[in-house]
Amino acid sequence: MKKIQLFTGLLSALLCALVFHIDAQNPKGKFGTFALTNATIETVTKGTIRNGTVVISNGKITAVGENVSIPQGAETIDCKGLYIYPGMIDSGTNLGLSEVGSDARTRDFSEIGDIIPQMKALTAVNPNATAIPVTRVSGITTALAVPSGDLFPGTAALINLHGYTPDQMFAGFEGVVMEFPRSGRRGFFDRRTDEEVKKANDNALKRLNEIWDRAVQYHKVDSATNGKGAGYYPEMQALMPVVRGERTLLIEVNPAKDIQAVLKWVKEKKVKKVVLTGVSEGWRVADEIAKAKIPVITGGILELPTREYDRYDQSYASAGQMAKAGVKVIIRSAENGNQNFRNLPYHAGFAVAYGMDKTEALKAITITPAEVFGVADKIGSIEVGKVANLFVCDGDPFETKTQIKNVFIAGWQMPMVSRQTLLYDEFLKRDPGVNKN
Amino acid sequence: MFGQDKGNMLIKNATVLTVTKGTLTETDVLVKDGKIAQIGKSIAAPQGVKVIDATGLFVMPGIIDAHSHIAIDGINEATSPVTAEVFEGDVVNPLQMGIYRALGGGVTAVHAMHGSANAIGGQCETLKLRWGTFDADAMKMEGAPRTIKFALGENPTRVHGEGNNIVPRTRMGVEFVIRKSFSDAKKYMEDWDAYNKNRQAPGFRGAAPVYNLRLETLADILKGNIIIHCHSYRADEIFMLLKVCKDFGIKRLTFQHVNEGFKVAPELAAFGAGASVFSDWWAYKFEVYYSTAYNAAILTKNGVVTSINSDDAEMMRHLYHEAGKTQKYGQLTDEEALALITINPAKQLGIDARTGSLEVGKDADIAIFKNHPLSIYGVPQFTIVDGIVRFDRANDPADMRLLVDPKQNLDETMFSEKGRDNCMDGTEFLFTDNSQGKK
Repeated sequence: MKKIQLFTGLLSALLCALVFHIDAQNPKGKFGTFALTNATIETVTKGTIRNGTVVISNGKITAVGENVSIPQGAETIDCKGLYIYPGMIDSGTNLGLSEVGSDARTRDFSEIGDIIPQMKALTAVNPNATAIPVTRVSGITTALAVPSGDLFPGTAALINLHGYTPDQMFAGFEGVVMEFPRSGRRGFFDRRTDEEVKKANDNALKRLNEIWDRAVQYHKVDSATNGKGAGYYPEMQALMPVVRGERTLLIEVNPAKDIQAVLKWVKEKKVKKVVLTGVSEGWRVADEIAKAKIPVITGGILELPTREYDRYDQSYASAGQMAKAGVKVIIRSAENGNQNFRNLPYHAGFAVAYGMDKTEALKAITITPAEVFGVADKIGSIEVGKVANLFVCDGDPFETKTQIKNVFIAGWQMPMVSRQTLLYDEFLKRDPGVNKN
Repeated sequence: MFGQDKGNMLIKNATVLTVTKGTLTETDVLVKDGKIAQIGKSIAAPQGVKVIDATGLFVMPGIIDAHSHIAIDGINEATSPVTAEVFEGDVVNPLQMGIYRALGGGVTAVHAMHGSANAIGGQCETLKLRWGTFDADAMKMEGAPRTIKFALGENPTRVHGEGNNIVPRTRMGVEFVIRKSFSDAKKYMEDWDAYNKNRQAPGFRGAAPVYNLRLETLADILKGNIIIHCHSYRADEIFMLLKVCKDFGIKRLTFQHVNEGFKVAPELAAFGAGASVFSDWWAYKFEVYYSTAYNAAILTKNGVVTSINSDDAEMMRHLYHEAGKTQKYGQLTDEEALALITINPAKQLGIDARTGSLEVGKDADIAIFKNHPLSIYGVPQFTIVDGIVRFDRANDPADMRLLVDPKQNLDETMFSEKGRDNCMDGTEFLFTDNSQGKK
């Protein structure tokens, strides 16, 4: 009898421990072979497949189509009535670089100094930032983490939103960020005279040109000495691949006049790989951007017009207007303050509601950034051989009420859980309620 | 157009989302003298009345933003933890572009609020977006109940405790400031009551108490004549104010932002307090770190009268989309989601007998959409206030400049940061680190 008691006691202790263990653990991703069957597959690059299957194995997409044999041992997920899209890419965030906006101790996107391209966003990305699961359960699998601040505030990095080290998250692209000197006033609070504004801008442009010329010199010395004689100038070492056309320069620029100045500057300096970011007034000079064949990352779309007298819906319409003019357009959410990158599909959706072609808008958050970042062989569409970044949903992913059912990042099936869903589960029917029994 | 104008029109053949009385297909809405006169099928157009053919379109009540700072030229009187004596109604500006832009998002009424610098802030003003009038008073919704702004947590403690080195510096101090204010007001009220009772008595020689506008206002809260709208985030501070209000017999109370309202939803419901929330804003400051986009759904399902507000000149333009997010986060029905931006904010502002749903006898404040307003593809086409079309997308001017040569080359971009007025506007001078998290 005693033995039995002891046994049941031990058993229940063991069970308790087991239950506790499960409760205490954050849910993990799951790696393996998956077959997503009976789905409508929006490949983005190869049209729409109805009643198709996507096979994921070893982190890659290994089969896509209507008649696909399912490998033995694959976990089958029936996607009847559901849709499969490539994971969305937000090309302008501070994801992983900021935790609480107002708390400087948790902000890692802005280092001291104006010429610091050697500051690497990838270094400071916190793989455990609360916003990462919040973002990915909405189908955004990849984000560009961008430093900001002054003229050359650092180097941005493309990350997949799953992994425990920056190396595991890295999605294959880094670009040097430049914030092009702003010509106008900064806002209503800017009380400088016209002369002061112009002088400040002239000085900033002069500084930019001096730095660029130095980088060109550095590249020449480095080339002439086979990388031995140029000395340790980390900021120059970071700019050199841009000078050589090996690395992309992401130029943040917004007023129309400044966009024109950038186009001129890029031509003069013969910068080879350039992407314009922000570009909120790009619609005013869309033809010139198109002619220069420079892609743009524009957004957020859900913004006010830049000028008081602009048409009320200008910021919603401008992505579509640029695309119509022949500009290669990428849409970003830029929801840094609220860490609301999960709203990326709504930025694209608003662009569609106000005139952008729907296919273009979908590309603007999938394959177009992948192409521009030089990683289109890995992500941005549903094709055999690509990294398995995709999501399953029950409708149009731009549509507000659409539910995201499953997310895969590099072949890992993500738990559909974030702190926000956990709070929902705990508090929908709080226990105890008003009275504590 | 004048602010006091009232219109007549017939809206034909629409899908009518009444919010309170269901959805009616192929239905007409007749407006007479700025009021909804009839809702039904095949209503004949009275002679000379403007007809809007709304075939294929969706007609809903004008959107109401229970938390806004547009159309006012002053937001924070941040000189004392208690400033109940100031009025937003004194600084209404009918010319702000934000008014027109809000109309472009289907909004017809806003609650123009004092900021959140003070534990007890100033009195707010409920405005109708009668764009086109130059008369500030004509913007005010006549007969709307008085409201006042309160604020808990980081904003008053930062402004006064940190910025000015006076109480409150903590959430304890905030409670004390509010309790002390109500206690003073109670005493003031009792002194006046005693004076008014005694002064007719033969031989009475006492003097009247000294008139004090701040205490008058606080006394009006105690009497139930003013609705409290309280900026709040954390569950503990929300619970605190519920207890304070219970102790002073105050019943008319709506919490604003209330990001952790979901944690005390049963208490809010039991009290009968309202909650006016963001759809999904979080992480901009520490007190909103433990937020969830399911807040509105949890509150609604727990029986709290909930609205979704903007506190932002941009977000105000797509409150219909913000309401739609409750269908992603919590799967609310169309009617529940639409109520968050129509009848519920109307209840919280005490104007639900006049607005917030499409019912005969109510004000003709109406938004007409192409595609369902909860869809991402919903686009407002007409916005109507008191039966007057104040926004018409088809006839929207590409250039809003008045009395300026449209060909004039203004190459300097002035980004409309002024349009993003928020709760902490006017307190920036107190802080060096104010780059983010100003809500």
